[in-house]
Amino acid sequence: MAFPSSPRWTGQAGLILALVALGGALSLATPNFLTVPNLINLVRQISINGILAVGVTLVLLTGGVDLSLGSLVALSGVAAAHLAQAPGAVAFPALLGMATGAACGALSGLVVTRGGVAPFVVTLGMMTVARGLALVLSGGRPVSNLNPQFTRLGGGDVAGIPLPVLVLAAVAVIAHVFLRHLRFGRYIYAVGGNEKAARASGVDVHGVKLFAYTLCGALAGLAGVVLAARITTGQPNAGVGYELDAIAAAVIGGASLAGGAGGIGGTVLGALLMGVINNGLDLLNVSSYYQQIVKGLIIVGAVWLDRGKEK
Amino acid sequence: MNRPIVLAASGLTKDFPGVRALDGVSFEVRQGEVHALAGANGAGKSTLMRILSGAERPDAGEILMHGRPVRFRSPHDALRAGVAMMHQELQPFPAMSVAENIAMGREPARGPLGWLDKAAMRRQARDLLKRLEAGIEPDRIMGTLTAAEMQTVEIAKALAWDSRVLIMDEPTSAISSREAEALFRIIGELAGRGVAVVYISHKMDEIFRLAARITVLRDGRRVATRPAAELNPESLIALMVGRELSAPQAGGQPPTGELALEVRELRQAGAFEGVSFSIRRGEILGMAGLMGAGRTAVGCALAGIEPASAGEIRVSGSPVRIRNPRDAIACGIAWVSEDRKGFGIVPRLGVKENITLASLRRFCYGPVIRRREEEQAAAAQAQALSIKTAGLDRPVQTLSGGNQQKVVLARGLLAEPQILILDEPTRGIDVAAKAEIHGLIRRLAGGGRAVLLISSETEELLALSHRILVMRQGRISGELEAQGAAAAQILRLAMPD
Repeated sequence: MAFPSSPRWTGQAGLILALVALGGALSLATPNFLTVPNLINLVRQISINGILAVGVTLVLLTGGVDLSLGSLVALSGVAAAHLAQAPGAVAFPALLGMATGAACGALSGLVVTRGGVAPFVVTLGMMTVARGLALVLSGGRPVSNLNPQFTRLGGGDVAGIPLPVLVLAAVAVIAHVFLRHLRFGRYIYAVGGNEKAARASGVDVHGVKLFAYTLCGALAGLAGVVLAARITTGQPNAGVGYELDAIAAAVIGGASLAGGAGGIGGTVLGALLMGVINNGLDLLNVSSYYQQIVKGLIIVGAVWLDRGKEK
Repeated sequence: MNRPIVLAASGLTKDFPGVRALDGVSFEVRQGEVHALAGANGAGKSTLMRILSGAERPDAGEILMHGRPVRFRSPHDALRAGVAMMHQELQPFPAMSVAENIAMGREPARGPLGWLDKAAMRRQARDLLKRLEAGIEPDRIMGTLTAAEMQTVEIAKALAWDSRVLIMDEPTSAISSREAEALFRIIGELAGRGVAVVYISHKMDEIFRLAARITVLRDGRRVATRPAAELNPESLIALMVGRELSAPQAGGQPPTGELALEVRELRQAGAFEGVSFSIRRGEILGMAGLMGAGRTAVGCALAGIEPASAGEIRVSGSPVRIRNPRDAIACGIAWVSEDRKGFGIVPRLGVKENITLASLRRFCYGPVIRRREEEQAAAAQAQALSIKTAGLDRPVQTLSGGNQQKVVLARGLLAEPQILILDEPTRGIDVAAKAEIHGLIRRLAGGGRAVLLISSETEELLALSHRILVMRQGRISGELEAQGAAAAQILRLAMPD
């Protein structure tokens, strides 16, 4: 048709504009911002949050939420780290980490769909359970002595681009294609947009939700693996509060907590915006205490502006 | 009889998109009078009541309370002025106590902090309930009460506000006949104390038993206000229906195609039972009845939304089980709900995505959507139904009501159903779109599909159907050939008692 996905992109024009403006201002304010090492560092810093934000976007789109992501990062990181102590093991620990996250996500999804318990409550419970499991599994101590091939996942690079960034890029592209071109992706939008209508149209609403939670869990697992590789330990206390940063990125990017609205493009831009702000404030030597305040204001401000536009 | 007028409305007009719900309606109630309001579905009773109770604002006209003009901006405004409304479906706070419910909105409180005086609250509730001779404890939790007890509490609440006018919308629809007797006694007492009661009901015996005067609405206009003594059930129905419609010769010869859908003794606890009918290919079967008669529930059962608990369904002669919407779609049944926003559109998705939602599998290669084919199919449907949109990617919520309805219809049709269940397919859409949808329904039947047309609009049923079933209180109360059928016959079959 004559309007190729126009309504979706116009929603992100403001976000892109904000990024460009902020980037321009920071380039003028500090000579260190617009340098290759800094930009590489910036995208590396957002990679974990970006992966989690992509995952949580899938769940937000169905009208749900997942508060357990930070704990899943810790649990799957610890699980992967145990296997990564063996020399040369890479694929196996990585897959185990993802499977751990996926299993927890699936469990949350089952309780949400079959049990009819509110996602907020279910994933709040999962947040605590997974954190406990991570502590049990590690005895409360960091799991270290990981083999160098595994830690390359977090610290290595290809042609100067850090591996975590490549992982995020791959995840984002796959998720975007999934949402835009696969039947299941369409169903995710339909379920979040109007669950009753989706069911009346023959969509397996429970199946779609279960799938979204599982995928989100798997991505949290992947984030856990990457984090463990980067800090070269499985930390049972890692990832505290990560779920909120992920939700913030998705929401800044246009995802609605009511479901049915949002997309991967917006979410990645949202994560990028948060990253640029953190990085910029670091370069300007603003204390991390103030950074928190700025970040909070940005989250509310972005969504406020977005709402104003709809009227 | 010439007691003072408490509440008077004159020239009330209210437009909704595509329909004029009220057209210059005047209405008055006197002190201590029970005034019945009668009219078929869609006559404007609810709109009038919503305006009088502050839930809706009129586009034109004025309301006088004790002769002085008033403007209700909210139900709370109306309540303060002395007009209380008892809804058909009561809206209590189920987790709060009876006393708290009665005091809601004007709690006895002390001091700048609004410290609640719970003792006073309980005392007030006890006094009011005693006046109503109801043995309900003020401390009971609202949610544990029966429907009749909740009504009594609701009346007590109206008394707490010292209401001069009490509007009751079908108050006996959810209570037993013994409880109804108690309610009638309370109504009599309220009237004795000078409260004006506006009573809406479809039940003839109640109207004639309680009301001193009856006002009849039809198509948004007031047709008559008469003393009840001058009317009887027959003449009242005649007023509600108005001129005898000369049935437009729509269906023509009854189709003789093979049976597409047969339903035997279908039952759903609390909604309907003993429902049997069949539809031939090419036939439009109309289904009439008052709100809550079970028509929509029958449609939902056939669509798998709320499966029937017993009975047999055959499609093209073979028995089928419909346990969920997917079963229904697989049986070739398409359903268009009366609730467009609920079961119809996905508002933020595009027109295309909405149209293809129920048959997306057809446009997929494995899990991948073949976008070009999807687009072509959606475009073809949009053209066939002349859906007006700035683009197939536009969110469907940006379309007019009539076009949204066409999108929902297009979705049903794209699944290539043999059986169409259309529940109020033209509700709330403008006249032009309505005519288009009527034409479409005829064409679909002409093309060999079986159509079950559920509608509250008698004219629509008479214009389109070959036969008309009438439902009353969960059962089929009669069947009419559309040719020669008259609106009054339908209404008589639909009315309880």
